[in-house]
Amino acid sequence: MVLESPPATVPGPDIPTATPPIQPDLLELFMAFAKMSLAGFGGVLVWARRGIVDQHRWMTAEEFNETFALCHFLPGPNIVNLSVVFGSRFRGIAGGIAAFAGLVGPPMLIATILAALYARYGEIDVLRRILAGVSCAAVGLLISVVFKMMMPLVKKRDAVGLVILLAVFIAIGLLRLPLQAVLLVAIPLSLCITYLMRRQVNA
Amino acid sequence: MNSEANPISTLVWTFGLMSLFAVGGANSAIPEMHRIAVDVHHWMNDKQFADIFAISQLSPGPNVLIVTLIGYSVAGVVGALVATLAMCGPTAVLAYYVSRLLQRSSHSRWPALIQAALVPLSIGLMGASGLILALTSDRSWVAGLITVAAAVLAFATRLNPVWMLLAGGALGFAGVI
Repeated sequence: MVLESPPATVPGPDIPTATPPIQPDLLELFMAFAKMSLAGFGGVLVWARRGIVDQHRWMTAEEFNETFALCHFLPGPNIVNLSVVFGSRFRGIAGGIAAFAGLVGPPMLIATILAALYARYGEIDVLRRILAGVSCAAVGLLISVVFKMMMPLVKKRDAVGLVILLAVFIAIGLLRLPLQAVLLVAIPLSLCITYLMRRQVNA
Repeated sequence: MNSEANPISTLVWTFGLMSLFAVGGANSAIPEMHRIAVDVHHWMNDKQFADIFAISQLSPGPNVLIVTLIGYSVAGVVGALVATLAMCGPTAVLAYYVSRLLQRSSHSRWPALIQAALVPLSIGLMGASGLILALTSDRSWVAGLITVAAAVLAFATRLNPVWMLLAGGALGFAGVI
């Protein structure tokens, strides 16, 4: 399902990068996000950056980072948020919907077909064995992402951050408490602590 | 599918609410999905949940598509569609309005503050996802070893993750696990 990206349509390096010259239309938004999404195994972000910044030049790298930072602190699937914010910036609500539909529609169709196949053939022994092997590796990939994200906190010796991290891990992973209850306590607490710490540093 | 209420409406409010609490993305919400799908509603067992996670990682597209697969197993094609839209919709609307708000007042220091406060939370949630998935997937010491090997390889090298998934599948096919 990895689609080949066509070569960049914008040739010259003379084009000013501060304001991206090209305004995508609805179909272009849909197609661009569908391509990124279908190319992205286990994470679309890398492909989104390639498509939006390098290939189409719809945004500069700085604009992309700012937009992604915004989408990262909002709840929910980051890349879904990114598609909506990005699409609507160019073409209003319709643009947001077009980008979202491109991102989620085609892979959702594939996932639904796979789900139907699994429901019908999931009990077959060979398939069960293969899936068991894939899920072992997939869990390993997820764990590696956790450690990669943790490294900046460890390097900064951010003790408060690491304690909060550990507390959430214990509450959700070991005690299996409901997500909403944990976050309704953890988010205000973390915000207060972060705010107070920063004020202390600035004072 | 033995839940008492209409499964479609259960999917809508379950994932609609989860969407707004999934700090750090869909992978952070996996413990909650597991709790709801396996422990609360008994839509599936541990093994099926691990299978569904594997399928969602094997198929292209954003990680959120694990919700599509859960929805399908609860209520077929309609369930898949409803669960996906419920998980994406509320936060997409929120993202739209927040981004417009921030465009108008761009020099606020709140975004940086909120982000700094939320990063440890989302890492903790993803760590919990890793633990719960490891407990459901790794039922033998060989399986655990494959998980550790994939984690180390992905952490230390720039190898494309697809190869590790395929290698895991091949080892499973060979009957090692």
